[in-house]
Amino acid sequence: MDLIIQLISHFVTTFFHTIIDVIPIASIIFGFQYFVIRKKIPNLKRVLAGFFYVIIGLALFLQGLEDALFPIGKMMAAQLTDPHFILHTTAEIQQGMEIHWSKYYWVYIFAFTIGFSTTIAEPSLLAVAIKANEVSGGTIGIWGLRIAVAIGVAFGISLGSWRIVTGLPLHWFIISGYVIVIFQTLYSPKMIIALAYDSGGVTTSTVTVPIVAALGLGLATNVAGRSPLLDGFGLIAFASLFPIISVLAYAQLSEWYGKRNKKKEALEIESK
Amino acid sequence: MKKALLQFLKTMLSSARDLAPIALVIAFFQIFVLQQPIPNFEAMVIGSIFVVVGLTFFIYGLEMGLFPIGESMAFSFARKGNVAWLLIFAFALGFGTTVAEPALIAVTKKAARIAAQGGVIEVTDAAIKQYALGLKFTVAISVGLAAVIGVLRIIKGWPIQWLILGGYALVVMMTTIAPKEIIGIAYDSGGVTTSTITVPLMTALGIGLASSIKGRNPMLDGFGLIALASLSPMIFVMGYGMLY
Repeated sequence: MDLIIQLISHFVTTFFHTIIDVIPIASIIFGFQYFVIRKKIPNLKRVLAGFFYVIIGLALFLQGLEDALFPIGKMMAAQLTDPHFILHTTAEIQQGMEIHWSKYYWVYIFAFTIGFSTTIAEPSLLAVAIKANEVSGGTIGIWGLRIAVAIGVAFGISLGSWRIVTGLPLHWFIISGYVIVIFQTLYSPKMIIALAYDSGGVTTSTVTVPIVAALGLGLATNVAGRSPLLDGFGLIAFASLFPIISVLAYAQLSEWYGKRNKKKEALEIESK
Repeated sequence: MKKALLQFLKTMLSSARDLAPIALVIAFFQIFVLQQPIPNFEAMVIGSIFVVVGLTFFIYGLEMGLFPIGESMAFSFARKGNVAWLLIFAFALGFGTTVAEPALIAVTKKAARIAAQGGVIEVTDAAIKQYALGLKFTVAISVGLAAVIGVLRIIKGWPIQWLILGGYALVVMMTTIAPKEIIGIAYDSGGVTTSTITVPLMTALGIGLASSIKGRNPMLDGFGLIALASLSPMIFVMGYGMLY
């Protein structure tokens, strides 16, 4: 019974918080609609109902995350980065030895899998994937895009964790990432470029950020020589750069594959 | 009515499928790697149900409300042909959605603490608050400007890659001269500005504009607003760090 009362009161608070978050956006939209465009919104009732669903959905979603996923995700991030877990014995810790970066392998695996799975669940990515599928006339699959982005985030976060462990400067990675993006842009199908750039920004919203931030904080706190204030940053930057690379790569691969198949077909026809 | 309910159930099923990987990862690590029981199992199950139902409602409302209004506004602006108002709208949307973003507020607070530690500002509550507030408005203005540039790009048909690659060049140059402490925050601030409600709206706006302006292709020109909105804060935050 207590649990239910607690749940309901928590939901009411989250619901009001979500409404407050949505108010500026809603007032901009309706303000411009009535004072600048001066036209009635088509299907006003439907649109309002849609807004209502979005708010309810977001509130439920956020509360569920806060109750279920974030506490355990944060706890796991802290446990996995704890020297006691990594070395198994206290003797080694007392010697004050520096831990070799390869000993953190569970952290990298966790970073990869949690990055992948939280990106798949990210609502704004789904929204963009739905639109891209619609606009491209089905050429870009919803799942194809989501998986390509998720692989990029997964790779980015594990690389970012490795960077925190080794203490290499953040900007080296980001600048090399940019160089890769520039080369890929030159050789990618034009259609995908804008979408690929966008997929960098959409990955890091509601689900991914809190867990990834907890991972960064855990690493920066527990690895010797890192400061949580300075080195805890940077994972989000990785998570928003690498999806651009993976989406461009996905487009290049599918174009290359398509060309190869066409060549094969042409050869087969010729040989006949 | 029956059809709507069926549709709802279908969406819910796919939401559950979207969430399953997270549950699997957590269960695997908890049981096999950390070898600990899952704490608060009951709360976790209830929370997961909330997430699934919430995601379902969100997607449902997205296609009913957010997408249509974003597109219908883009159409109306394009038909009116009033570019100035369209740009003001883009700025307001970018600025308004960012200034209220909880993730951004958290990041600016952290950044202010770092600045205080590094001796950039005085270690008083007032100074820290002022720094955080200034940073928040800097980011919000940068996102607003990014939306303006993005909309102009769609109208004029500039290729997105020149804007983005030019932005990258600027980021790289500024990285070499910006104070070291601000770089990490600047890089991250690009990612945190684009929230769950901003993304669908901006996407709908861009695609709506690109499909209603002659000679624009929604696939080539419709996307790119989010990319600009996540690039410009990096530049502005580094600039803020340099000027402060």
